[in-house]
Amino acid sequence: MIAQLVVLWTDALIFLLLFLALAFGIYASRKPHLRRPWGMVVGSRVGMGTLVVLLFYLVVGLLDSVHFHPWAQSSDGSGEKIPSTEVISLFDSLVSELRARQEKTYSAPLATHLYAKEIIELADGSTIRDFPRLRYAGAHLSDPEQSGADILRLSALGILKGVAVSLVSANVLIMLLAVAARSNFGEQARRVLQNRTEVPWRVVLVVLSMMLVLIFWSAELASRYHLLGTDKVGEDVFYQALKSIRTGLVIGTLTTLVMLPAAILLGIMAGYFRGWVDDIIQYIYTTLNSIPGVLLIAAAILMLQIYMSNHEEEFNSLVERADLRLLFLCIILGVTSWTGLCRLLRGESMKLREVDYVQAATAFGVSHLRIIGRHILPNVLHIVLIAVVLDFSGLVLAEAVLSYVNIGVDPTMNSWGNMINSARLEMAREPIVWWSLAAAMLFMFILVLAANLFSDVVRDAFDPRLGGSR
Amino acid sequence: MMAYIARRILYAIPILIGVNILTFLLFFVVNSPDDMARMNLGLKRVTPEAVENWKRERGYHLPLLYNSSAKGLARVTDTIFFQKSVKLFQFDFGSSDSGRDIGYDISQRMWPSLAIALPVLLVGLLINISYALLIAFFRATYIDFWSVVLCVVMMSISGLFYIIGGQYLVSKLLHLVPISGYDTGIDAIKFLILPVIIGVIGGVGSGTRWYRTLFLEEINKDYVRTARAKGLSEKRVLFRHVLKNAMIPILTGVVVVLPLLFMGSLITESFFGIPGLGSYTIDAIDSQDFAIVRSMVFLGSVLYILGLLLTDISYTLVDPRVRLS
Repeated sequence: MIAQLVVLWTDALIFLLLFLALAFGIYASRKPHLRRPWGMVVGSRVGMGTLVVLLFYLVVGLLDSVHFHPWAQSSDGSGEKIPSTEVISLFDSLVSELRARQEKTYSAPLATHLYAKEIIELADGSTIRDFPRLRYAGAHLSDPEQSGADILRLSALGILKGVAVSLVSANVLIMLLAVAARSNFGEQARRVLQNRTEVPWRVVLVVLSMMLVLIFWSAELASRYHLLGTDKVGEDVFYQALKSIRTGLVIGTLTTLVMLPAAILLGIMAGYFRGWVDDIIQYIYTTLNSIPGVLLIAAAILMLQIYMSNHEEEFNSLVERADLRLLFLCIILGVTSWTGLCRLLRGESMKLREVDYVQAATAFGVSHLRIIGRHILPNVLHIVLIAVVLDFSGLVLAEAVLSYVNIGVDPTMNSWGNMINSARLEMAREPIVWWSLAAAMLFMFILVLAANLFSDVVRDAFDPRLGGSR
Repeated sequence: MMAYIARRILYAIPILIGVNILTFLLFFVVNSPDDMARMNLGLKRVTPEAVENWKRERGYHLPLLYNSSAKGLARVTDTIFFQKSVKLFQFDFGSSDSGRDIGYDISQRMWPSLAIALPVLLVGLLINISYALLIAFFRATYIDFWSVVLCVVMMSISGLFYIIGGQYLVSKLLHLVPISGYDTGIDAIKFLILPVIIGVIGGVGSGTRWYRTLFLEEINKDYVRTARAKGLSEKRVLFRHVLKNAMIPILTGVVVVLPLLFMGSLITESFFGIPGLGSYTIDAIDSQDFAIVRSMVFLGSVLYILGLLLTDISYTLVDPRVRLS
């Protein structure tokens, strides 16, 4: 299946971020003062419920971040396998059916016919104007009138499969919990169902089975129909919406990753050293802040576009080019958004440098670097974490707006913003084409809502002002 | 006070110079005036003379940062950077790459922007504060819980959805107001009403939640407990004490965005075809007119710094504890 791995810039950074997050998780689990707030997050019903939803998005995003050249038949007819020139992801190869089944143009969700009338030649040679059958959706039916019953049958099958899988996974989970708690299965099951566990496993199970049923249902339908219709060139909208998950996640996470080093370093330095260092750093972030963010992004993206069109030979493929633009967008979004965090960190380190133990360390002659590393940095980490989580949903929404103004991700890249952008013309059609817009909005809404709820839980757990009283 | 303001204005100058250097680097170093000329004149088959002419007409024929052929001070002043920056500081925006007078365009397009942004701000403020007060009154009840849920849900919906959905529902299905466009005088109202309503709805989620936090923070303070202890009614406590004290952060939060209202909203204006500064900027981005984008960046920075200054002044006006020094 995989002929040659391709590591795009954003892929590498995503896995770096994943690695950092895991490392931080292991570090936090060993420190009691960090384990307590995380315990509050894990113990919260909203926190765990949204975490399950976010994990599903994350899995799709990660699968979509492993790119490679697939094998292809060589063109000289020898049947020999050679690496293809196209770059696809692991996720693409999992849903290769969705990708390959391209219709002619628009078709409504679950439809069996195209959305536009065409001239069809009948068997006896005469022609009529009618809605032609779709090439793939419902092609297994001899009579398209039966599609309603067929859809019901497939739905029932899909839901049944989903319920079965969620029952199995629930049993496995309870079994594992029982082993961990050294109790028997029945006792553990009763505790989970009555919600008497430390971690709200009942909520996890409910959300998990809802997601599983939804996934099996949509997989069953999507294998025979276009679940969310097709777009102008006949591509499956469901596939596009799924592919856009990666773009949203990349924008939401990498932006904060690229801004973090600068914000942490400069913020702590300004607050710790004061004096002229503080003046210079304050000058830098006030200057950056006073440029309207959208305009700075627009200017930077315009420049990138011109640079790319003047240096086309530097990019091997369209995918690489789109990927670099995505990375660049993350960087420039980071440049416009690090100032807030920097200011917070400056204020906090200004407070911390007056604290007794820092004063004592200074008196003992501990070097600045060590004081910052041992005393200041660990004590501002919660601010960094809250900022990262809070920024996520705003960045996902910002991507849509930027793509609408044509200063977002590359037009060839799947993203919710690009889907909404194309929907602008579709809404003006008569009758209107609503499914691209609806699909993008739905997928984005679920992600942003889950992220918003989760970030509230994280903030409540980590904010020292609330003192863990709740 | 006057000395403080004067100092702040002086402090703004190095920041504006910094903004200028940054935008200059972004626009001219990555993308030389030759590239710009070629792009504006059509990418292929342009004679060197035509490029030279285009550059001379717009003052791009000088060296970028340092003129080695000039003498004395002119080595620095006879450059694109110096010429363009000094003019910006005099608020002389010059003409756009397509030849229009930017200063005139801005003075014309400022008013439609303001006609949307100001009502959105005022109506939004009124609705958000009243709703947040209501929630604070019913705090820790089901009304509070479901209101917060509603706010989070509304925050999670993309602003684009409100605009597209609102246009479709109100203009296309119900035919209540035109989809887009603009008119002068009193006729403008029928074009403005939908963008204003949508702007307000789009801001309710985050605004109400933020004000609710402010109110709840005030409610837990000692003076509120004292006010209750001396037997004041809950209504009186909320309006006379909590609202009045929470107005300090609310007011200063509003003052900082006041100058930026002139800039308008990029998305709303381009969706509704309002000829304001927001759509002006978008058009400039689309047609890659750097003279306009640079002017708007400069204008935006000036207004932002003005907003910061106004915030500091308003603090001293509403909060007697704050003294400027």
